[in-house]
Amino acid sequence: MSTLEFDHVTVRFGRGRAAHTAVDDASLTVRSGTTLGLVGESGSGKSTMARVAVGLEHAGLGAVRLDGVDLTSRSRAARLARRRVQLVFQDPLAALDPRMPVGTSVAEGLLATGRRFSRAEKEARVRELLGLVHIDPGRAGERPARFSGGQRQRITIARALAAEPAVLIADEITSALDVSVQGVVLNLLRELRSALDLTMLFISHNLAVVRYVSDDVAVMRAGRVVEQGPADTVLAAPSDPYTRELLHAVPVMGQPLDLAGKDH
Amino acid sequence: MTRRLLRTPQGLAVLLGLTVVVAATVLGPAVFGDAASTRNIPDRQLPASLAHLFGTDNLGRDLFARVIVATRLSVLLTLGAVGISVAGGVTLGVTAAVLPRPLRRLVTAFIDILLSFPWLLLALFFSVIWGTTATGAMLAIGFAGIPVFARLVATLASSVANTDYVRAARLLGSSPVRTAMLHVLPNILPPLVVNTAAHASVTLLSFAALSFLGLGVQAPEYDWGRLLNEGARSIYLEPMAAIGPGIAIVLTGVLFALLGELLSEDRPRTVPSRAVIRAGDAAAPDGDALVTVTDLRVSFPAGDGSLVERVHGVDLTIRPGEVVGVVGESGSGKSVTAMAIAGLLGPEAQVAAGQLSFDGIDMRGRFSAAQRRRLGLEQAMIFQDPLSSLNPSLTVGRQLTEVSEVHGGLGRGAATRRALEALALVRIPEPLRRIRQLPHEFSGGMRQRAMIAMGLMGSPRLIVADEPTTALDVTVQRQVLHALHDARLRTGAAILLISHDIALVSGFCDRVVVMRDGVVVERLDADRLDEARHPYTRGLIACVPDMTTDRDRPLPVIGVAADEEVPV
Repeated sequence: MSTLEFDHVTVRFGRGRAAHTAVDDASLTVRSGTTLGLVGESGSGKSTMARVAVGLEHAGLGAVRLDGVDLTSRSRAARLARRRVQLVFQDPLAALDPRMPVGTSVAEGLLATGRRFSRAEKEARVRELLGLVHIDPGRAGERPARFSGGQRQRITIARALAAEPAVLIADEITSALDVSVQGVVLNLLRELRSALDLTMLFISHNLAVVRYVSDDVAVMRAGRVVEQGPADTVLAAPSDPYTRELLHAVPVMGQPLDLAGKDH
Repeated sequence: MTRRLLRTPQGLAVLLGLTVVVAATVLGPAVFGDAASTRNIPDRQLPASLAHLFGTDNLGRDLFARVIVATRLSVLLTLGAVGISVAGGVTLGVTAAVLPRPLRRLVTAFIDILLSFPWLLLALFFSVIWGTTATGAMLAIGFAGIPVFARLVATLASSVANTDYVRAARLLGSSPVRTAMLHVLPNILPPLVVNTAAHASVTLLSFAALSFLGLGVQAPEYDWGRLLNEGARSIYLEPMAAIGPGIAIVLTGVLFALLGELLSEDRPRTVPSRAVIRAGDAAAPDGDALVTVTDLRVSFPAGDGSLVERVHGVDLTIRPGEVVGVVGESGSGKSVTAMAIAGLLGPEAQVAAGQLSFDGIDMRGRFSAAQRRRLGLEQAMIFQDPLSSLNPSLTVGRQLTEVSEVHGGLGRGAATRRALEALALVRIPEPLRRIRQLPHEFSGGMRQRAMIAMGLMGSPRLIVADEPTTALDVTVQRQVLHALHDARLRTGAAILLISHDIALVSGFCDRVVVMRDGVVVERLDADRLDEARHPYTRGLIACVPDMTTDRDRPLPVIGVAADEEVPV
């Protein structure tokens, strides 16, 4: 049971006149056992938030806390706590070593637990995890090239789960996938959430997908969190004009697209 | 690899050469050792003859035998030096790539400084340190080669170090050494092996050079360079004494270079292609159709040289001004179909069709100059990634006016006025300023609209948009579609929109064509999607969550079987 908390986080890239504020004083809370959906257009800073939480980016100001431990500090406690936050990347092609059998990739996730596993334990755990994401455990020795995009994404999810994360961050994990495969991955996330009681930060620019998997929703624009709250409230009765614009732009099956909305 | 070694002339030559060199290295001193060291003063400095192919030296020793015997020393010294260069370079380069940023900068700066010294200078410097012996020369040349390899490895490794799988390993707590051994090294190995072979060739020459200068191998030992040195003294009297070792050096050097080239060809060669035009239906254009496609089949050569058909008999008609959407998943053949209609498939694609015509132009054959001009003006193509279809070094304005100037025959001024109009039409703010900017100064949505504007520079009758908004956010997607919609109103062009998003296509198009595995499975009017009959279409509609999907139930799943299949 863990809560991930972004507390007034600010991230700047570059120096001097070329400086660019990617995240501007953003605060978010991912409540224990729930999924927070983070939406926004590209460049809104939503992926930067994820990268700060796992230590791939440094926050200039503010803190990211997992159960009270500041993940952004350099201490040993912070380093160990960071391993309990795992990130699933957008592109499953790039996220797996093309020359490493997928079973070995999944086993790599066990490193983060800090425990020692015997060879047999390791194999058993990899089989279990692959089974969990519906990949035939007998294929653990095959290279990523032998798997489709959706399967690869499920393997990266298995690798992240091997780390026994307190919080799972999914950064646009379905945007590189076909719609039918997207459904498979989304169903898997739902299943895992109820089976493992996962706490999750789900990042996407697709409002419908975010709505489907999230308990809470936060909307980011230009580095700021413009709105957050329970999914039903935010999406049914948005208070921010930008959220309304986003909702307005979602194509609806069989209905002519409203192109006349505000441009630029 | 093995097959290539045995089948191609180059492979055979390399195989033969390697056998000879290895044999000479292993057996040379045992077989020719006596002949190479037996002194025979009466026969000294004989010219080349059948008994002495390269003649004899000033002590009457057979030079051919000496060249063969020298193979061992020359090759072993070369391998030793290459080993030192590679080992040192890999250590330094990989270390540079996995270190934290400040240290990484320090190490790469050090490599760059070493690289700025001419290689020969380094080699001479080291050979002074280690003395003028064979081992000294090996160490000198080996160490002098380290910077080159370190630079290469650092560049290769840093591209691997920036991949998501290395980041993932870091997040999981993998130590830098573990990451380097398990992720970085295996992934840089192929280019490294190729460069090592090429480097061996250079190293061999370097040894010859050092020994020739008297800095390498010292008497009584001898390598090819030393033999060359001795032979060169009397080159005007008996040229073969110098040319013989020269031949050995050149052939072995070429052998290493060829080996490197062979190793670098990791992709099988594509079979030469030819356009297949099936005889049959005369291309009698359907009176009111703009695009007529019947029984379109497109094949691509597979890895083993056989042909794989990706589009199996597609029929499609587009009337002037019509907006047609093609929906399908990756691999459904939707893009290939669109590219065939635009005549943009590469030469490796084999296109066969009963009929494939655009506005009376047969798209299967070669085009006349007039037809090409008409296609340039009347067809516009918008791709998913506008950055790769815009030239990064030309201003947007220059690229817009090019269409009108080349195909439309407009003057610079008229073309520029037209470009400004087109940019205004696709709602790019401040067209006067934007027209002078480079593509990277535009946002993704703006680039896509600039592509549409480019299409408007001619007199388009068909705009083919292949996943034009897939990389964009919903709000930007709407702006781009708005621009596309305006373009159609303005010019009356038909639009062929390719997308995987059936909701988007149904909202923008008049008709929807659903493709799967290279076949059209269903055609529907966009406003009658609920009447879809085919289970695939129904599944495609149901599997996409929308703003009213029940969140307590799993999403319907289609094509899981396809997902379980191994992609070809």
